[in-house]
Amino acid sequence: MANIKVVLKLGDDVSTDIIYPGRFMATVLPAETPQFAFADNAEFNRKLKAKEIPPESAMIAGKNFGCGSSREQAVSCLKGYEFCVVARNIARIFLQSAINLGLNIVICPAIEAAEGDELEIADGKVFNRTSGKSFQAEPLPKARQAIIDAGGLIPYTRKLLTAKGAKNSK
Amino acid sequence: MGMTYVQKLLAKVCGRAQVAVGDVLEPEVRLAMSHENGALVINQFLEIFQGTGRQATVWDPDRIAIIFDHRIPAESSKTAGNQKKIREFVGRQGIKKFHDIRGDTGGICHQLLPENGYVRPGGVVVGTDSHTTTHGALGAFSFGIGATEMASVWALGRILNVEVPAAIKVTAAGKFPKHVYPKDLILHLIGGLSAEGANYKVLEFHGDAIRRMPTSGRLALCNMSVEAGATSGLVPPDAETRRYLREEAGVKDTLDIFGPDPDAVYDQVIEIDVSKLEPQIACPHTVDNVKPIGEVAGKKLHQIVIGSCTNGRLDDLEIAAKILKGRRVADGTRMLVFPASWRIYHKAMDLGVIQALSRAGAVVCNPGCGPCLGVHQGALADNEVALATTNRNFKGRMGNPKAEVYLCSPATAAASAITGVITDPRRNIKTKRLKKGELKI
Repeated sequence: MANIKVVLKLGDDVSTDIIYPGRFMATVLPAETPQFAFADNAEFNRKLKAKEIPPESAMIAGKNFGCGSSREQAVSCLKGYEFCVVARNIARIFLQSAINLGLNIVICPAIEAAEGDELEIADGKVFNRTSGKSFQAEPLPKARQAIIDAGGLIPYTRKLLTAKGAKNSK
Repeated sequence: MGMTYVQKLLAKVCGRAQVAVGDVLEPEVRLAMSHENGALVINQFLEIFQGTGRQATVWDPDRIAIIFDHRIPAESSKTAGNQKKIREFVGRQGIKKFHDIRGDTGGICHQLLPENGYVRPGGVVVGTDSHTTTHGALGAFSFGIGATEMASVWALGRILNVEVPAAIKVTAAGKFPKHVYPKDLILHLIGGLSAEGANYKVLEFHGDAIRRMPTSGRLALCNMSVEAGATSGLVPPDAETRRYLREEAGVKDTLDIFGPDPDAVYDQVIEIDVSKLEPQIACPHTVDNVKPIGEVAGKKLHQIVIGSCTNGRLDDLEIAAKILKGRRVADGTRMLVFPASWRIYHKAMDLGVIQALSRAGAVVCNPGCGPCLGVHQGALADNEVALATTNRNFKGRMGNPKAEVYLCSPATAAASAITGVITDPRRNIKTKRLKKGELKI
């Protein structure tokens, strides 16, 4: 991926309460959640809804991105804008849900970038074109590749379920 | 090489002699729990079956539990619609471990699972709620997952891609001083570990302070283990686990009780002498911003919350009632109480606990998640400050990003309710007691 613009820079421990505040949790369907992404950041939320931010833009986060609640809306709302999340590391439930829903995530422990910077992501590296610096990305857990290749956990589970001789375990 | 408790558990479940940290397994699931977000699980579950020509049927309705707790009674027509959708699905699929909005069998999922005997030592429990870590207190490997992951579990009966986690051994020794509780222990531990200190690992609790601790306290420890990033908190089962399951949860079948190997290898060992602990406070806006109470005492409070899946159990309410009995909540401060289940609520009524809290000025609400996650009741105004026995103080958590939430034990919350400022429960609180005859319990 080339020329990905950083549109939001976040700190450490950004919880799912920040990404998708609890008061909007009655909205569950993935198609309806993007309107509440970062709802408490009024200006950013407005830009998202006004489509002022192009798809496949990046947000940069520090450590422990997506910590806290397991609410999947925090993943589906970002997936709705086809965000690329580049974080120093990602909390467990958020990481797995991102893989399950096909949200583009990059774990990059030393990433340095500012809002407005342009990134290139390829071959396990994040290259900040603006600063000229390159950062090593960590591979996603190898065992998850089958889910990513299948296009997410729903098609992957469907495949397992309908595979010849497959039966539910009891 | 010796195995930790979670290694032994996963090896047993997967029929292996040995598992190593990092091994990827697909263990069968003993119990799969959801609450109102079951509406999303249903949506994803039905999508899995689309185009397969198969009827969308869950793998085992007896291993699924659904509990309404996040928004009860429904605060909006949207929530009522989600609850209706779930109710219909539960009926169609024959799911019997379903707890609707009822004043007899209702309550918070992380209390209903233990008290109804749905959790046993030795199995894998998953829930679409991050505080599913709670059930490690009964020796289950229990962790939170997303809704789509749960849909896959409902279809397959097993959970894909579980990496055997490394374990941090926490040894808690000594006797708790007066007015210091398991909540103070877990806050102290999270403060030391940081919000990500146990990421992708489990906390395994040991020591004489844990052996003496009743299950209610162990549930609080494991509940908040996720606030240090832990996949699960775990108390290897013992005599107390057996007592709780037999006497309080009515479990009659054989229990699989085992411990870690003596030569188990831990990622880290943390030793805590609880006799030296002071009441702890987690300050805004992260749970790991923990300070001993002396550093924040005197902070003006607008709302006190006692309850939740962390500290809404009978002993928590009793502690609060003992402190508040015959006293009153300070003017300018409101106090909300959310028992963790109706069973607890009823026992608390029998003991006069509810009456004591109510007569002191607390508003005792129906069991449920209440204001903890800011979706239903007890929202804060701009610049207001809350002190709560709940588990999270993230910005916006209690419904307003311009408010602050501090976390503490029930004793600290009750003492602070009397004064209207953060107050050390060990202090001799001088307030006017109600006159004789004013209180009839």
